Amino acid sequence: MGIRFILMVNKQGQTRLAQYYEWLTLEERRALEGEIVRKCLARNDQQCSFVEHRNYKIVYRRYASLFFMVGVDDDENELAILEFIHLLVETMDKHFGNVCELDIMFHLEKAHFMLEEMVMNGCIVETSKANILSPIQLMDKAH
Amino acid sequence: MASSNSLMDNLFQRSLEDLIKGLRLQLLGESFFISKSLEEIRREIKSTDLSTKSIALQKLSYLAALHGVDMSWAAFHAVEVVSSSRFSDKRIGYHAITQSFNDQTPVLLLITNQLRKDLNSSNEYEVSLALECLSRIGTDDLARDLTSEVFTLLGSSKVLVRKKAIGVVLRVFDKYPDAVKVCFKRLVENLESSDPQILSAVVGVFCELTTKEPRSYLPLAPEFYKILVDSRNNWDLIKVLKIFAKLALVEPRLAKKVADPICELMRRTVGKSLLFECIRTVVSSLSDQETALKLAVAKIREFLVDDDRNLKYLGLHALSIAAPKHLWAVLENKEAVVKALSDEDPNVKLEALHLLMSMVNEDNVSEISRILMNYALKSDPFFCNEIIASILLACSRNSYEIIVDFDWYLSLLGEMARIPHCQRGQEIGHQLIDIGTRVKDARLELVRVSRALLIDPALLGNQFLHPILSAASWASGEYVEFSKTPYEIAEALLQPRTSLLAPSVRAIYIHSTFKVLVFSLAVYFSAQEPISSPLVEESTSSGSSPVNGITHKSISSLVNMIEIGLCSLSGTLDVEVQERAKNVLGFIGMIKHKIAEKVTTQESETEASRAVAFMEDVFSEELGPVTSTAQEKVPLPDGLELKESLEDLQEFCGEFLKPVVDSNSNSNSFSSSENISFSVAKLRISDQKEASSSSSHPPESASLLAEHRKRHGLYYLSSQKNDDHNDNNGDNNNTLNEYPPANEISVDSFNTKKKMNQSKQRPVVVQLDEGDGLKTKPDASNNDEPLSRAIQTALMGKGKEKEREKDNHERDLDSRIKGRSSGREKKTKKKNGEKSSKHRSRRRSDKESSAAEPVEIPDFLL
Repeated sequence: MGIRFILMVNKQGQTRLAQYYEWLTLEERRALEGEIVRKCLARNDQQCSFVEHRNYKIVYRRYASLFFMVGVDDDENELAILEFIHLLVETMDKHFGNVCELDIMFHLEKAHFMLEEMVMNGCIVETSKANILSPIQLMDKAH
Repeated sequence: MASSNSLMDNLFQRSLEDLIKGLRLQLLGESFFISKSLEEIRREIKSTDLSTKSIALQKLSYLAALHGVDMSWAAFHAVEVVSSSRFSDKRIGYHAITQSFNDQTPVLLLITNQLRKDLNSSNEYEVSLALECLSRIGTDDLARDLTSEVFTLLGSSKVLVRKKAIGVVLRVFDKYPDAVKVCFKRLVENLESSDPQILSAVVGVFCELTTKEPRSYLPLAPEFYKILVDSRNNWDLIKVLKIFAKLALVEPRLAKKVADPICELMRRTVGKSLLFECIRTVVSSLSDQETALKLAVAKIREFLVDDDRNLKYLGLHALSIAAPKHLWAVLENKEAVVKALSDEDPNVKLEALHLLMSMVNEDNVSEISRILMNYALKSDPFFCNEIIASILLACSRNSYEIIVDFDWYLSLLGEMARIPHCQRGQEIGHQLIDIGTRVKDARLELVRVSRALLIDPALLGNQFLHPILSAASWASGEYVEFSKTPYEIAEALLQPRTSLLAPSVRAIYIHSTFKVLVFSLAVYFSAQEPISSPLVEESTSSGSSPVNGITHKSISSLVNMIEIGLCSLSGTLDVEVQERAKNVLGFIGMIKHKIAEKVTTQESETEASRAVAFMEDVFSEELGPVTSTAQEKVPLPDGLELKESLEDLQEFCGEFLKPVVDSNSNSNSFSSSENISFSVAKLRISDQKEASSSSSHPPESASLLAEHRKRHGLYYLSSQKNDDHNDNNGDNNNTLNEYPPANEISVDSFNTKKKMNQSKQRPVVVQLDEGDGLKTKPDASNNDEPLSRAIQTALMGKGKEKEREKDNHERDLDSRIKGRSSGREKKTKKKNGEKSSKHRSRRRSDKESSAAEPVEIPDFLL
C-alpha cells in the first residue's frame, strides 16, 4: 500500500534511519537493506533514480553523503515520491538548520517524528512543511 | 578498564547521546561495544524507576533500528514505560512498541487499555501518539476494540487529531471490516471538509481503498470530481487521478466525464509529477477517449526527448502501458525507442527492449531482430542475454506465430549461438528440437545449421553452448536423411574435443552417430540390392538428394572411423557413455565382416542387411511433440476407481502391519500411524517374503493377505510377482495395459489439428491442442468480501439518508447502535441506550440490509 519503507543510508552503507510500514523480521530487514543499498550505491549519476527490486520499486536520491531510498508499490507515481523525498529533506533542513548526517544521527527521534507526521499507513498525509513542523515544535516546547 | 569505570557506570546512566557518541568513537570493536551496551541496557531496563527504564528503552530502540539488535524481549518493559504519565516517556515507549511489536508479540493484549486511555485523552499529542501506534501495529483485536474511539476522533475538532484518525482508518478497516459500518459515514463527511489537511488525508485513504475495491466507491465519484476540478494541490490531484483511474475501469461513462478536466490539467500544469500521473491515467484507463489519448501521447514524446533520464524512463514506461492497445503510439516514437537501446541506464535499455518487442509482427521481425542482434554484439553480457531471451520469447509465442520463414529463423538461432556472451543455450537448444519435430519443411535447414555448429571445434569449449550442441547433434542424427554429408557429421560427432562435453551430451552424440551409421548402411545395402526394397523408397521420398554411389570403400572407412572413435570410449567412467559406445561397437562387430562379404557373395538378403533393416526400422518412427496435458486426456477405462486418498488403506493394512513390524523391529522409526507408502512397501516385502519362503508366516495370515489382495488389489503397487497373479488382481494390471503409449495419442490428436498451408507458403507447424503451457489456476481472493459488502451497505444507507434529511445526532446513534449490535456484545454503556431501542434498530438494520441487496449505483453524473 503505497510506501513500504524509507531508508537513509550513507555512502559507506551504514543505515542512519529505517522506517518500515509493513512487518518484516530482523533477518529480512537486514537482507533487504543489504541488497538495496548495494544496488543503489552501484549506480552512477547518469542513471535514473528508479530501481526495480522484486515486486516493488525503489526511488532514491542522493543528498551530500546520504542516500534516501523509498520502497513503493508498482503503481505509485515515482516523480511524486522524488518530490516527497525532497520535501522531507527540506523539512529537516528547516528544523535543524543546514541539516547534515550528524544531525540525523544524534536526533534520530526528531527525524522519526517528522516522518510520522508526513506518512501514515504508507500514505502521504501531509505535505506542508509548516504543518509538519508545528506539532513537533509545540511538543518540544510543552515538554 | 571495565572495573575502574564501574562506579561511574553505575551512578550515571548513559543517555542515548552518550551511546551514539560511544559508537562513533569505536572504529573497530563496534560489536563488542554494542554487546557491552546491551548488557547495561538489560540491567537498567529492569529498574523500577520509570525514567531509567525509558532511557534504557530508548537506547535499545536505537540499537534495534540501526544495528539489527533484537528487542522483542523488552516488550513488557515497553508496555510499562508507555503507562508513564510523563509525555517524554510515553513517546519513547510508543516508539519502541511501534518498532518492535507485531502480531506474534505475546503482550500485545496488554496495551489495549493503555491505547484506549490515550485515545480518550485530552492532550492531543498523546492522542496522536496512540493513533500513530495503532496505525503501525494494529491487529484484528486491537482494531475491533478501539473502533469506537477512532469513530469519536474522526469527528474531533482538533485538526491534528482528525487527520491522524483518518490515517488510522485504513488499518482498522483492513483488520476489522465491520468497522466500516461505524466509521465510514464520518469518513465520507470529511471528504467535504474545507480544511486542506483533512482533505489530503481523506483523499489518500480513498486512494488506497479504491485500489482494492473500486466498485464500492463509485457512488462517491461526484465528490472526487469536485476535488479534481477545484483543487490546486498537486498531491491531492495525483491521488484523485489514481482514484479515477481505477473507477473509470469499472464505469466507462466516468471516463468520458473526466477526460476534459484531465486534458485541462495536462495543458496547464507545470509539475512533472502531476503531468506524468495524468498521462498514466489516460493511457491506462481512458484510452478510449481520443483527444485525451492524443494529447497524452504528445506529452510522452516530450518526455522521451528530454535530457532528464528519469523523464526518459517514465516516458518509455508510459508507452509500454499504452502499447498493447495503441501500437501506433509506439510506432510513432520508434526512433526514440531504438535510440534508448544504447542508453547508459540499464533500466532505460530494458524498457526500450520490451517496447521494441511489443512492436514485433510478421513483417518486421527480421528487421527488428537484425537491429537487436547488432546491439547484442555490442552490449554487456546481461543486456545481451536479455535481448536474446526476448527475441526467443517473442518468436516462439503461440507456436512460432510470427515466423513465416523458418529457414531464416533457424540461421538466426545458429547466429545466436555464436554471440560471445550467449548464455541462453538451454532455450535455443529447446527451440531447435521443437522446430525440428514440428516443422517438417524446415528440417533441411535445421540439419544444415546443426552441421555448421557441430563441425566447429571452438564451440565445444563454451559450456553455455552445450545444450545447443546437444540439440544440434540430436537433430543431425534424427534427420540424417536430409544431410548431404553424413560422413562429415559422423566425423564431427566423434572429434577429440567432444571430451569436453558433459557425459549426458556425449551420450546423445554417440547415439546420433549410431543413427548416421545405420542410415548410411541402409543406403549402402539398398544400393547393392537389385530388387527395389522399401528402404530405398523411404530414403528417396523422405527428403532431398539421397546419398548416391556410396561405395564399399566409403562405407568401410565410415565404419572404421566410427569404430576407432568409439573404441577409446568403451572404457570411460560414465556408464551411459560406455554403454552406448559398446552398443555401437557391438553392432559394428556384428556386421563388419558381412560388409566385406557382400562384395564377394551376391546373396539377396544377408544377416547384415537384415540387421541393418531392423535397426533402421527402429529409427524410422517419428518422434513428435507431446502436450503436457496428454496424459489427462486419456479416457479413464470403466471400472477404474481412482480414489484421492489412500486413507482407507490404513485401516485394512493396520491388521497386517503387526507381523511385519515385529520382524523388522530394528527399524524403529515408524509408529502405528505411519504413512501409507510405508505400509504398502512393507506389505510388498512381506508379500515377497511369503512367496519365497513358505514358513515365515502362518498359513492363516497368508490366506488373509491373499483375500485382501483380491478385494483391494487396486491399491497394491505392481511388482514382478503381481504379474503372475494377473488373474487374482482384477483391475490393476489390466488398466495398466489399457493405456496406450503416449506417442500414439499425440499423433492421433494433432493429426487433425495441423494448420492449413497459408497462401504465403508458410511451412506447416504442428500445433498441440490447448497449447503447451501449463494451466494456471485463477486467484480467488476472498479477503475483501466482507469489507466491500460492508461499504456497500454503508453507502446505500447514505443514499437513503440524502432523501430523508434526518438530523445528524440520531443518525450517529443509529450507526453506533447498528455497529454495536452487529459486532460483539460489549458491556459499555450507551448514551441513550435502552434495551428496547436495540431491538428496534436490529429490525431496522435487517430491513435496510435486505433492501440493499440489489446494488444499483445511482447515476449522479448523467
